[in-house]
Amino acid sequence: MTVDQIIFLIAAAATLFAAFSVVTTGNLIRAAFWLIGALFGVAVIFAILHASFLAVMQVVVYVGAIAILFIFAVMLTRKDMRDQGAQLNRNWKFGAFLSALVFAGLFFLLRGWGGVSKTAAAFPSDFDAVAALGGALVSPDAYVLPFEVASVLLVAALVGAVYVAYNHK
Amino acid sequence: MDFLKDPLQVAANWLFGILAGWGVADLWAQVLIGFLGVFLLIALLMVVDILLVWVERKVVSRFQSRIGPNRVGPFGLIQPFADIIKLLIKEDTTPEGADRALYNLAPVLSMMSVLILWAVVPLAPTILGVDLNIGVLYIIGAGAIGTLSIIMAGWSSNNKYSLLGAFREVAVMLSFEIPMLTMMLIPTIFAGSMGIAAITQAQDVWFFFLAPLAAIIFLIAAIAELGRAPFDMGEAESELISGYNIEYSGMKFGMFYAGELLHAFTFGSFWAILFFGGYRFFGLEKVSAFLAIAVLLFKAFIGYWIIMWVKYTLLRIRIDHMLVFNWKFLTPVAFALLMVTAFMNALLAESPTWLYVGGMFLSNVLVAWISLELARFAARKERERTEGALTAEARR
Repeated sequence: MTVDQIIFLIAAAATLFAAFSVVTTGNLIRAAFWLIGALFGVAVIFAILHASFLAVMQVVVYVGAIAILFIFAVMLTRKDMRDQGAQLNRNWKFGAFLSALVFAGLFFLLRGWGGVSKTAAAFPSDFDAVAALGGALVSPDAYVLPFEVASVLLVAALVGAVYVAYNHK
Repeated sequence: MDFLKDPLQVAANWLFGILAGWGVADLWAQVLIGFLGVFLLIALLMVVDILLVWVERKVVSRFQSRIGPNRVGPFGLIQPFADIIKLLIKEDTTPEGADRALYNLAPVLSMMSVLILWAVVPLAPTILGVDLNIGVLYIIGAGAIGTLSIIMAGWSSNNKYSLLGAFREVAVMLSFEIPMLTMMLIPTIFAGSMGIAAITQAQDVWFFFLAPLAAIIFLIAAIAELGRAPFDMGEAESELISGYNIEYSGMKFGMFYAGELLHAFTFGSFWAILFFGGYRFFGLEKVSAFLAIAVLLFKAFIGYWIIMWVKYTLLRIRIDHMLVFNWKFLTPVAFALLMVTAFMNALLAESPTWLYVGGMFLSNVLVAWISLELARFAARKERERTEGALTAEARR
């Protein structure tokens, strides 16, 4: 086992444990903090994969903004922040069946694929992943169209949010 | 001579030789030396942090026409150590109904979010933790952890005042993050890289002369990010008593306090690195790595002094004014400046240095002038609306 694999196993176990705690904790704020833990774990996995830009973006966007907004929303909507409702509703058997099915499907799919057991090829030493990503996002024969569509969607969401929050007189 | 140029590499090689002589495997020797390097950096920072308590108290007393600590040791220099002993022997209280795990985690995260920033700070050409090619984003990412620690402390204390303080502080930090990140992109444009080391290397002319407005906006956003006066809404001792850290006592409070001081010093050094050439000073950094560190510390202390100067001169701004100032003035100006800078950079890419610097400087002055005129126009309209057209007429 290499050092990378040991770090990956630790990060993956921590991520799974945090993700499991998100859905099993009764306290909503605690669940939000566990979610932050899970998102950190994903950032660590990105870093192991040499996707440093994605790892930092994961922390900036998800931990720094989205998770904080989750906590704000929970605090603003709940009267008592320690209230505990029922954890399960009556559809839980169907949900468990579906998730088991998806898990089994992914498991057999990945077992049949040879790429799992291979080690990834090393990056060339002068490869600048951030520059390559930036170039791909604005070059017409790569991802400029999805990038622009996403931007338009975000601007529309922004305008919509301003309209909803605007104080109509 | 080699030791003066690159002391860490020489020391690491020496240690590596000793460890190899003891029969330690290469991999473990490298891990051990890496850990020692991190330990050395953190130890240095913590010692600086202890002295910062003294610096801060002395400077504030000078601003307020007092003498400051002067009883314990020469010039009161031993005062911070006495404070630490006091903090350590104080009772460690936990409020009733607190979420213990999060309550104890928050001060650690707060301190950590500051210390990890120094991983990307180039102290000298040869001395830096990691040369990340996304250094600028890394700084914002570390700030996200700081924000998290504040909301954690505010919620887990089970106290209304601390929760209110945390809400306000986090709202301010989230909003001022945007102009700060935008202004960090301007040195990125000039240097053509997001790496902090590359940005330092590219500053043959200090970026302050290319983009004075960017430096000023970055400083304002950084002060808000630090939660210092005039943006100290989260603490607001006269209305919230102490904000998010109200329930903390002893060394846990000490961690927040030390973290805040070190954070201010860290942003002073980032200001120096992004806009004032970092460790570069007329080729001094090429003579010796120690001189480079001294130059960086000197510039960082000037930045820290300016942050203190602002803190002890200005009054606290109301929270709605603070957010309006950010969203309706600072953020649009930052975006406009970023676009103008990117445009001018493309336009002047082939021109000689003096034209490039002059053009950038003039475009900055122009953006500043237009935005101030617009702000004046908006403020005058607002005043006319509130005071009524008649009084405004009389005033003219």
